[in-house]
Amino acid sequence: MSVVEILLFMVSCILTHNFIFNRFLGCCPFLGVSSKVETSVSMGLAVTFVMTIASLFCWLIYHLLLVPLELTYMNTISFILVIAALVQFVEMFLKKSSPTLYSALGIYLPLITTNCAVLGVATLNMNNSYGLLQSVLNGTFSALGFLLAIVLMAGVRERLESSKIPACMKGFPITLVSAGLMAVAFMGFNGLV
Amino acid sequence: MTILYAGILLGALGLIFGGVLSFASKKFHVEVDERVAQVRECLGGANCGACGYAGCDAFAEAVVKGEAPINGCAPAGEKGVKAIGKIMGQEATAGERLVARVLCQGENGIAKERYQYDGYQSCATAAGLAGGPKDCRFACLGLGDCMDKCAFGAISMKDGIANIDPDKCTACGQCVKACPRSAIKLLPVSAKVIVRCRNSDVARVARTVCMDACIGCGRCKKECQYDAITVENGFARIDPDKCTRCGSCAAVCPCKCITIE
Repeated sequence: MSVVEILLFMVSCILTHNFIFNRFLGCCPFLGVSSKVETSVSMGLAVTFVMTIASLFCWLIYHLLLVPLELTYMNTISFILVIAALVQFVEMFLKKSSPTLYSALGIYLPLITTNCAVLGVATLNMNNSYGLLQSVLNGTFSALGFLLAIVLMAGVRERLESSKIPACMKGFPITLVSAGLMAVAFMGFNGLV
Repeated sequence: MTILYAGILLGALGLIFGGVLSFASKKFHVEVDERVAQVRECLGGANCGACGYAGCDAFAEAVVKGEAPINGCAPAGEKGVKAIGKIMGQEATAGERLVARVLCQGENGIAKERYQYDGYQSCATAAGLAGGPKDCRFACLGLGDCMDKCAFGAISMKDGIANIDPDKCTACGQCVKACPRSAIKLLPVSAKVIVRCRNSDVARVARTVCMDACIGCGRCKKECQYDAITVENGFARIDPDKCTRCGSCAAVCPCKCITIE
């Protein structure tokens, strides 16, 4: 891939095919962990980290094990296995080698095990038959898109906290409405790449 | 045959990952002092940050390492401090329990309104807008910055000022930091007689901005037999060490700004 292609791919992953607003993957942490900007940044970074290495390992498992053995229909279950084991391993590794990073990511790392965005990116890499580099880039950039979305949402929600909202719309209703409006705004990027 | 392959592959993958993980859990095992968890149990547990550490976990670790004082956690209270002392094998005494008190009685209707504030619901923002929605420079603005910070649910907003429940307050001091008007002070819990005003303006001005403002007249000082009251900068202060809680000052205060809890 040339540099221009990579840049275009980045814009496509972050803006036009945003994981939250376009593919609707990873909506659970998007709504669950977006009440404060600080925590949402941690969550976004943890997801970025895991999605990048998950893309790498899932690509390896798929192309080096499943394809030669003609067991490609086993992709979902083996991806889940890989991701769960990987997150556990990364957690232990960080706890030992970088306690600062470990305490920053904290409870978010194990939460990501069951994040559909991670499985989604592995499946997308497979369906689009991306190469190794493109898979990893797809993982990183898509996760950056997720980071952008969740931080924007946290900013909106911090403002919502302190604004006057009709009682019936307080809490989740207004959050879902705002998320919908943000998705509409992101649709404006359609056709950009 | 393929179904066998599938089973074998998945089983093998599971075994490999299981093996790697169990190896990793040994290899990357982190020694944790069990006292850290025990100390952690005794703390307030709200991650309020008043001790100066990132959270209760960080404080517990610092205590065990001997970097933090045993009685550094105000929310833990006397009981908690004693328990921590037991774990650490040290004698420790907590000072007298403090309680956060709001030094303002400027409720809606008592403190004069400068303008109708209808913006972002935050004291800090309102205080920066043309001197704040209340005429008094020292008044509690009642928009709840302290309430948002309180991890113990001790603060409520009523009639435009903050109320702190002394039973729930743990003196963590987050509200004191949050208040843009410095209208909250930590006082010993036994200091029941409190001057609820900090207005240092001259009497005429103080009186026009709030009906309950201390005008610094000094009647309380004359009344006090124990020399516990001083009038400085236009408002009265009570020295909790000298005060005997007799309450005679509150009885003579013409502005009703001395209260007895």
